[in-house]
Amino acid sequence: MNQWKNFSKGFIRENPVFVLVLGMCPTLATTTSAINGLGMGLATTFVLVMSNLSISVFARFIPDKVRIPAFIVIIASFVTIVDLLMSAYFNTPGPNGEASLYDQLGIFIPLIVVNCIVLGRAEAFASKNSILSSLTDGFGIGLGFAFALTLLGAVREILGNGSIFGYSFIKGDGILVFVLAPGAFIALGYLIALINRFKKTS
Amino acid sequence: MEYIIIIISAIFVNNIVLSQFLGICPFLGVSGKLSTAAGMSGAVMFVMTLATIVTYLIQTFILIPLSIEFLQTITFILVIASLVQMVEIILKKISPALYQALGVFLPLITTNCAILGVALLVIQKDFNLMEGVVYAIANSIGFGLALIVFAGIREQLDMMDIPKGMKGVPISLVVAGLLALAFMGFAGIVK
Repeated sequence: MNQWKNFSKGFIRENPVFVLVLGMCPTLATTTSAINGLGMGLATTFVLVMSNLSISVFARFIPDKVRIPAFIVIIASFVTIVDLLMSAYFNTPGPNGEASLYDQLGIFIPLIVVNCIVLGRAEAFASKNSILSSLTDGFGIGLGFAFALTLLGAVREILGNGSIFGYSFIKGDGILVFVLAPGAFIALGYLIALINRFKKTS
Repeated sequence: MEYIIIIISAIFVNNIVLSQFLGICPFLGVSGKLSTAAGMSGAVMFVMTLATIVTYLIQTFILIPLSIEFLQTITFILVIASLVQMVEIILKKISPALYQALGVFLPLITTNCAILGVALLVIQKDFNLMEGVVYAIANSIGFGLALIVFAGIREQLDMMDIPKGMKGVPISLVVAGLLALAFMGFAGIVK
């Protein structure tokens, strides 16, 4: 029961994007479509789970003074693994010549290393808790982040393109600005306001 | 001429915060007051230029000759983290006045993705060292411009009557969106 609570907190109660407002750069930059948001979210989840796991194992052996640099090295190693894996398996261009997922996420894959969520969980949770709780925490927060990114990506894709996950259901053009940079800020602003509203009533 | 194009496009057309989404955390975090926004911009300018030079040299003279470019992420973040620490120590010793002004912002800069982002972009865009330095300076000016304009708006926003659900983060994001919309007007100045 306790583990379930630990896992589920990342979705709504402590959602890293909507409630804690962390990791804004990838949230805004990679959510031009639902599939990109999902890809970025899952890549971050992988790094978060693996770094939480290894930090909860090694935290006892790391001297307190060098703990932040040590955490960063651990996180950076997993980011490199994700980067190499994605360049190998997600690098095929789409059927209509659109850029591959790896190219679309571009610089934001190596930038997972400076995502405050990952280092934040390492410092605040994984270094102080058991291996199992750190794993569930990593999965919960990571999937909560992926959920937030997919939701934002879906909203922007529906409004901007009239499609979702690449399947268009509205003929004609959408409101183009939602796919561009300003739309990211505005869509996220209203989403957070909506969630605040629901949190107050419940 | 090339440098002018790099400068204009980095400051206005592809503004690092408003169109490339790098450094959003400090953009939302320290833009409450004009004075802190100015301090943060100064610190970013200093570290970004330095970090770009150092990471560029490491890439050209260590990583590429040894063909270990896949270690780029790890090396760059470690270099930036230690650089920030070093700058902090040196500033404290030689210029206490500057340290007073920038000191509190320095630890925050390690996790500022704009620094690592620009260092990686310089490599990705195949700039030479001089172009890289110009690009870094122009980007830090762009960062400062966005931050200071945004801080000015937010200071006014505090006095407004905002609906309860929109207070805080949501209204800031919507304002940032409108600012980004304004910056889109610069698109097309340089190709």
